[in-house]
Amino acid sequence: MLRRTTIHAWLMLTPALVLLFSFTHYPAVATFWHSLFSTPRGSRPARWVGIDNYVQLFGDPVFVQALWNNAIYAAATIPLSIAIALAMALWVNSRIVGRTALRMAYFTPTVLPMIAVANLWLFFYTPDYGLLDQLTARLFGWGPTNWIGTRETALGAMIAVAVWKEAGFFMIFYLAALQAIPPSLYEAASIEGASRAHVFWRVTLPLLGPTTLFVLVNAVINAFRLVDHIIVMTRGGPDNATALLLTYIYELGFRFWDTASASALTMILLAILAATAAFQFLVLERRVHYR
Amino acid sequence: MTFTRRTALAAAAATLAAPAVLRAQPVRELTFYYPIAVGGPITRIIDGYCEAFQRETGITVKPVYSGFYGETLTKAVTAIRGGSGPHFAVLLAAEIHSLRDMDILAPVEDIDNSAATKVWLSGFFPAFMANSLAEGRTWSVPFQRSTSIYFYNKAMFREAGLNPDAPPRTWAELVNAGKKLTRRNGAGGRWGVQLASNHGTAQWTFGALCNQVNHKLMNEAGTEVYFNHPRAVEAASFWRDMAYTHQITPQGVTEWATLVPSFLQGTAAMIWSTTGNLTNIRTNASFEFGVAGLPGKEAPRTVVGGGNLYIFKHANPAEREAALRFARFLTSPELAADWCIRTGYLAVRPDAWETEALKRYTAEFPPALVAKEQLPVATGELSTYENQRVYKALNDNLQALLTGSKSAQQAMADAQAEADRVLRPFRRG
Amino acid sequence: MSGSAIATAATTATLRTRIDAWALIETLAAWLLGMVWIAPLLYAAWAAIHPAGNAVSFELFAPLTFENFANAWAAAPFGRYFLNTFILVTMILAAQFVLCTLAAFAFARADFPGSGVLFALVLVQLMVTPDVLLVENYRTMSRLGLVDTILAIGLPYMASAFGIFLLRQTFKQVPVELEEAARVEGCSTMAILLRVYVPLAKPTYLAYGLVSVSFHWNNFLWPLVITNSVETRPLTVGLAVFATLDQGIDWAIISAATLMTSAPLLVGFLLFQRQFVQSFMRAGIK
Repeated sequence: MLRRTTIHAWLMLTPALVLLFSFTHYPAVATFWHSLFSTPRGSRPARWVGIDNYVQLFGDPVFVQALWNNAIYAAATIPLSIAIALAMALWVNSRIVGRTALRMAYFTPTVLPMIAVANLWLFFYTPDYGLLDQLTARLFGWGPTNWIGTRETALGAMIAVAVWKEAGFFMIFYLAALQAIPPSLYEAASIEGASRAHVFWRVTLPLLGPTTLFVLVNAVINAFRLVDHIIVMTRGGPDNATALLLTYIYELGFRFWDTASASALTMILLAILAATAAFQFLVLERRVHYR
Repeated sequence: MTFTRRTALAAAAATLAAPAVLRAQPVRELTFYYPIAVGGPITRIIDGYCEAFQRETGITVKPVYSGFYGETLTKAVTAIRGGSGPHFAVLLAAEIHSLRDMDILAPVEDIDNSAATKVWLSGFFPAFMANSLAEGRTWSVPFQRSTSIYFYNKAMFREAGLNPDAPPRTWAELVNAGKKLTRRNGAGGRWGVQLASNHGTAQWTFGALCNQVNHKLMNEAGTEVYFNHPRAVEAASFWRDMAYTHQITPQGVTEWATLVPSFLQGTAAMIWSTTGNLTNIRTNASFEFGVAGLPGKEAPRTVVGGGNLYIFKHANPAEREAALRFARFLTSPELAADWCIRTGYLAVRPDAWETEALKRYTAEFPPALVAKEQLPVATGELSTYENQRVYKALNDNLQALLTGSKSAQQAMADAQAEADRVLRPFRRG
Repeated sequence: MSGSAIATAATTATLRTRIDAWALIETLAAWLLGMVWIAPLLYAAWAAIHPAGNAVSFELFAPLTFENFANAWAAAPFGRYFLNTFILVTMILAAQFVLCTLAAFAFARADFPGSGVLFALVLVQLMVTPDVLLVENYRTMSRLGLVDTILAIGLPYMASAFGIFLLRQTFKQVPVELEEAARVEGCSTMAILLRVYVPLAKPTYLAYGLVSVSFHWNNFLWPLVITNSVETRPLTVGLAVFATLDQGIDWAIISAATLMTSAPLLVGFLLFQRQFVQSFMRAGIK
């Protein structure tokens, strides 16, 4: 009996595992292997350099800056996009005026491809006649601001685009979860005379736990993966103010053809992701109550 | 992939049927990667050239339009490393040393060393060949080339009391005109001049600025750069001063992509751009505009840019020969002239400018001649080993300079130090 | 009239106005956020129907044109790209559902030696996204002779750790009694999976399906690298035509192309959202 279960399990797992190993584990191990060699160039073949590539990376100011930028990027996009998504879901789930239109508005970023949308945002951020400058000039009488061309505002501008892109998407999951909460719970709370804030913190939020975990996993991955707009709009500039780990991997690997350094940086990124993943699954999952 | 399989099948069929035909005409189809510079029109022009070539030679050339220069380079190199890939490609002319270093190119001399080919090669503008020659061999064929020129708004010139028919030719004149043209109060403001300083373009603009003080940024072998030279620092200081001292251009980074819209929108009186924009601006400008060669410290000087045709080593000898034949076809006077008229890119050979078609066009639309007239005072684009990495070293620091976080001296010293580190392995002795 | 009665009435009234004021503020905030969120789409609509010169200034009576759509449509074979994207997204989603269901079921219900280690290995892919492994995956595809096929775009994503994780989580919550009852009725393992587990996991499939479709509809880098021809390229790669900036950006034509390519998904969502939410509710009530 036990053996049959095992055979069944393996039969069911094999197709997925074959694909996973071919396109995730094998290339990841190959990447690690390549990170221990120098980049082969033309007539000079790769040679063993051990951890040299890693040592060099940590001495590379661009890498350090990208690491720091990515930390800020993650620390801003993850909570902002989740909080905004939750607010959106609560609004369109309530009896607010024009909620169908609002739901549509919130959702639009999800269906607009980043590659095209980045160019529209470029217009918003363009100095002088860009939408943002036209608005701030009319509302506050500000002069032109070079939103993505100065160090102070560039990363913030990129974060705004990422939050805009993500929040509506996450809203859908919160909305679905909110609608699945039985109305009887709210009725009970209102009979007890609980305030709206109280209901939210004591009833709604705990029930949204699994959804929040789901959304959080997505938000964390996106904080490291969602960089298309940066590649289109700034390519990490000005002076690396918007360089992130993945944009730098792309730059090292596909612009400089320094595959060895790119491999080493990939391994570092994977280590960071693995650590956050471990944290999420080991610590947070236990706190989340599944009904 | 499909190409190889199909060819193999065709070859097998032909071998069975008529071996003699196979030997006489071994190449049936070539693939090449082409960076689309604009949406529709250019792909149709190239498709048309390929069809014409097919009619003439029986060889099908299949263009793969693969994004812009950066993406095309990525795609071509990834594909070649993955064991497949195109037979030839149009890639940035300045990538010559990096591509040589990867050992994936077949120089023209290795494909066909005949006297006729040598004569053909000597018929290109020398300014364009500067990015093709290394170690005494020709590594690419100039094709989609341009020079940096500037566009100016004649109405604004008149309004500011400047002569619209005598645009600035020197830095002093540029600053003077810029001050008169710049208006910086609230809405409806405009800049005297805008230059692109984003990644991918800053080094090009800077190459022009350095040539304007008679300074070359690198040696011909692509193993050394001269960023911290006093004249390079002078060029950098001038750029910074335009933004901070004279305030005739915006502080911070200016995107290449927004230059033309800014010009058309009237928020920039002059833009440093490419000949490739001539047709675009001509169609869309609602005001009278002029075209002029970039100013210099003393007299106009500029830089060339654009893409060349590279033939790859992994193609078999017959395929390489066919690719070279296609290159000759594309650069024949009639086609080069046609290309120039329809796109605004420069015809790369003097004999193309002698064709009736191009003569008629330039007589009708004299601004088209400006770019060509700049060629004698143009320098080659910055081009070294590890080209993109050196670009990054320079551009990061130029951006630091323009955002005000580094002085010209400091920025150029840092750029030099980083470039030296990158280029160290390539210097012998 | 007693003083306390007046006071009570006054308090209630204040409370009501306060709540009303708060509701008003909230409504305004929701709408403001909505405006910001839809601004790019509204702008795209504005720019797409005006000539390039008027696309960046907002004059109410600027001339209208549909030329941008014609130009955008002519710039690339978008009809074919739509088809490719549709095939790609459908193929990936179908494969993901089948593969992930089987694997998740094995992990959720079959207790076999080494399942913990295997599951941990699967979870690795949650973070090691194929986007990061372009070069190695290209090599593999080249060896398999799959370069420039739609299958190659989809293959690295078909066995999705995310899908396996989500479904396993859902399957684990299915009461074992249900399974036992089905077994008593003589159902095979496959039948149990299809009749008991899959129907109960409907909301998860929907949620996951939405993630997957929107991801692959928008994915850019890997398709760009692995495809060469019109017959295989998805929409995003076709859109890259407009991201080529040598001649400066033309917002009018980019806007037209953006609208054209995202319209189906937008309309699809409009039609689909009610069903999505309803079936989620139905599953939730059960």
